[in-house]
Amino acid sequence: MSAPTELLNVQIDGVWYQFKKGTRVIEACAQAGKFVPHYCYHPKLSSPGNCRMCLIEMGMPKLGPDRKPELGPDGKPVINWIPRPQISCAQDVAEGMGVRTDSALTRECRNGVMEFLLINHPLDCPICDQAGECQLQEYSVEFGTAGSRFLDEKVKKPKRVQLGPRVTLDDERCILCSRCIRFMKEIAHDDVLGFASRGSHTYLTAYPGRVLDSNYSLNTVDICPVGALTSTDFRFKMRVWFLKETKSICTSCATGCNTIIGTRENVIYRQTPRENDAVNSAWMCDYGRLNFHYVNSAERLKIPQVRETEGLANASWRSALATAAEELKQFQKDAVAVIASAQMTNEELWLAKKLIDSLGATYHDIVPRFGEADDILMSADRNPNTLGAQLFGVTGERPGAELPEIAKRIGSGEIKAVVALGEDLTQFGLTEGELKKLPTLIVVGILPNDTTRSASVLLPACAFPEKRGTMINIKGRLQRLNRAVQPPGEARDDWEIIRDLIQQLTGSNGIYLIEDVFKQIADAIPEMKGLSFSRIGDKGVQLVDETEEARAAPVTV
Amino acid sequence: MVSIARTPHPREKRIIFKNIDRPGWTNEIECYFRDGGYEELKKAFTMKPEQIVNEVKASGLRGRGGAGFPCGVKWGFIKPGGSKPVYLICNADESEPGTFKDRYIIHQDPHQLLEGMIISCYAVNARLAYIYIRGEFPEGAKILERALAEAKEHGFLGKNILGSGFDLEIYVFRGAGAYICGEETGLIESMEGKRPYPRIKPPYFPAALGLYMCPTIVNNVETLCNVKHIVRIGGAEYAKMGKPNNTGTRLLCVSGDVQKPGYYEFEVGGITIGELINDICGGMKPGRTLKAVIPGGSSAKLMSAKDRYKIKTKQPDGKMVEQEVGLEDIPIDFDTLAAAGSMAGSGGVIVMDDTRDMVWVLNNINEFYAHESCGQCTPCREGSLWMKKITERMLHGGGVEQDTATLKSVADNIAGRTICAFGEACAWPTQSFVAKFRDEFVATAGKKGNTNGSTNH
Repeated sequence: MSAPTELLNVQIDGVWYQFKKGTRVIEACAQAGKFVPHYCYHPKLSSPGNCRMCLIEMGMPKLGPDRKPELGPDGKPVINWIPRPQISCAQDVAEGMGVRTDSALTRECRNGVMEFLLINHPLDCPICDQAGECQLQEYSVEFGTAGSRFLDEKVKKPKRVQLGPRVTLDDERCILCSRCIRFMKEIAHDDVLGFASRGSHTYLTAYPGRVLDSNYSLNTVDICPVGALTSTDFRFKMRVWFLKETKSICTSCATGCNTIIGTRENVIYRQTPRENDAVNSAWMCDYGRLNFHYVNSAERLKIPQVRETEGLANASWRSALATAAEELKQFQKDAVAVIASAQMTNEELWLAKKLIDSLGATYHDIVPRFGEADDILMSADRNPNTLGAQLFGVTGERPGAELPEIAKRIGSGEIKAVVALGEDLTQFGLTEGELKKLPTLIVVGILPNDTTRSASVLLPACAFPEKRGTMINIKGRLQRLNRAVQPPGEARDDWEIIRDLIQQLTGSNGIYLIEDVFKQIADAIPEMKGLSFSRIGDKGVQLVDETEEARAAPVTV
Repeated sequence: MVSIARTPHPREKRIIFKNIDRPGWTNEIECYFRDGGYEELKKAFTMKPEQIVNEVKASGLRGRGGAGFPCGVKWGFIKPGGSKPVYLICNADESEPGTFKDRYIIHQDPHQLLEGMIISCYAVNARLAYIYIRGEFPEGAKILERALAEAKEHGFLGKNILGSGFDLEIYVFRGAGAYICGEETGLIESMEGKRPYPRIKPPYFPAALGLYMCPTIVNNVETLCNVKHIVRIGGAEYAKMGKPNNTGTRLLCVSGDVQKPGYYEFEVGGITIGELINDICGGMKPGRTLKAVIPGGSSAKLMSAKDRYKIKTKQPDGKMVEQEVGLEDIPIDFDTLAAAGSMAGSGGVIVMDDTRDMVWVLNNINEFYAHESCGQCTPCREGSLWMKKITERMLHGGGVEQDTATLKSVADNIAGRTICAFGEACAWPTQSFVAKFRDEFVATAGKKGNTNGSTNH
């Protein structure tokens, strides 16, 4: 057998395969279509080998007197099987290795471990949040038995433990796989969890005087294979099997963690990270994950409004857009400002630039948001699409640099009309009084604030889970948002609102679908040439390579 | 610990225990000097380290902690000239029920251990060594501290020991009271300040990735003491004691239903179970008969007096002859006890007479292992407590018919499926008790007061 040096020959359930050197046995089995059940093993964490669910039969080539592998009638090495079962999660494949994932012994081992894991488990599936996505349930179907041989009293352990502000622990459900402990130590760099006591009385806990309050704490809930760790925010809210899952991205900072948005009947219940090694591995921060409740708010703006003498009055889209255009047409270029947002999608920003050009607006910018970066996922840039805003010229090298000048000119009355796209103008020093004095203030927004209350025309739009579109993260990766829920009331897609405004100002522009917008972008921007929504796919496309990363990174304030 | 002057039995061969209970003997270094103490260390420094390793290999010395792994082979895993420091750890976590030998060395003859250790460190080039002593031995720890201070005062520790150019420090490390800390990788984890979860082997063999991921030798107290005597008489001479592959002497700790329980030292295989009980330990108590023996600490498989055992003995002409013998005729050595289905283990011989209720005895053992399972691996963690719950329920009249079968199958589901040998340690008692005394288990399970299955599923 003359395999190339980097490939190793491994026999799995009687069939020979080739795997790259360094492949874990359990991963090799999965690649060969032989899934090996496991609890403690997680591909992103170290392997403690403690759950014993992944026991398999393993063997190495039988060596002849010449120390060379003995070959069988098929010309392949004869395998010397190790009598004891071996774990498949902590060892890499080796040349000539044999693995049996479906032998009588492996089945016996799995059945045994399954039984052991269940004897002290409360079996409270009907009220457990994990039900439906629980690996105890899943493997019970295959390796469990209908009845229990356990006649004695179960071990009692702490329940409803608040490990931290966002994570609730039921120690009786815990199977002590240590995934959460390893995650906190190895990924979150906050070694706060550990086991206390011994043997079957072992329980998970935070170290004395410590709490699980890391901004990454909810990842422990995701990787908990059972219902021991639950999200305090999500628990008891919805049975997981009712959740519709939509792939999207997080918009709480410029990292753009890939997500799954879980919804039912147009209500968002949770966001969970979706694996993407180019962006977020398998994790996301708690802040981003929980930053969706505002979308479900009863305060959402639902109907277009136009200012009448008595204040804002409901209007039809048609008349609201016409009013907005009429008002904007009255002013000179240097009396108009457009404040856009780096929370907008590329498609929206592209159209925003068209609007700026249609109006000939001298002043335009975005509102920057900065926080502290951590060394894990969170970016200092809390806007998800600063790069997009720069790429399309909505803002410049230094986002927000124009804002003081714009604020000054609004205050002095030189700027008479402002289009606010998704931003609250009081965020950069303007007062509600100053905004009220503006003859024209066209506001596209989702929730009431001082700016919406001062609008002359108020146009209700979509929150991020209600949109389709693309954004470019801090590393120059173009990623897709997908619509998980419909916007409330008459609220419309932001890109449609801007398109219609442009249409009112300059006539038809031939854009009917968001794909048309993206096509315009792809035709105009060399880095995006030939791309389409489907080509971007679920995991995005890198627009700038690593060497250009520094250039692509936004300037810090 | 009170030392009672006691004359060794004439059949004993006392080398390691030569000074134990010796009239006039104290654990001070001056007393040790009067007996020729630290002369072997001086001799060792005239040898090259690899010469000592070779002598230990030639001696055939096997580890006295329980597994019986050849000491010289273990030392041979340490490759000279490595870039990482080498550590040597003396495992003084003597915790196996029925075992009480190392503590006598520590209490009464600590300098023998230190001398053996210093020689061993020189042999494997360890410049830093530890004595890991179980937390329940506070007096032993104090004695060792004092002995270390004495040794240092006399230049046997520190820099340039006896002008050899060899530097060594030894520290006492006290455990916090867990049986699993006697498992060498659990011990190392514990020394690193972590929970003593045994490591996965491979890759974490201590000789390669031990303490702080450096090459580490972990040897039992008795094993290290033997090194001193191997240097004294030479490996070849040492190997003449005992029998091939089972060389030297062995400390045996006899407990249970004999007239004179205690500790003894014999050439390995130099005595049979029956001779030990009847000739050395004064026989069974009046009117009682031998029922069973656990020959190597509580985790060793039980041997019934009713059974016949197939053993192999080497004839004078070198031929191996297989014989069938009774329990009392089995010589106590590594290979014979293994062939007979048990093990020499830690040398703790537990003797049971005909009054013993085997369900009670097993429950006593199960209680220990359920309490001591570290909880890392699922089968041992859950299985050890389950077995204890079953035997306890049986004892309290709550047994059900299927208990005997369940006990066996639970034990079968643990043995061989865990990271460390604790899985076997807790499964072997149940497996062997149920196999050898099945009728007793069935009878106890069927006793009155049975609830015939509780509803607590």
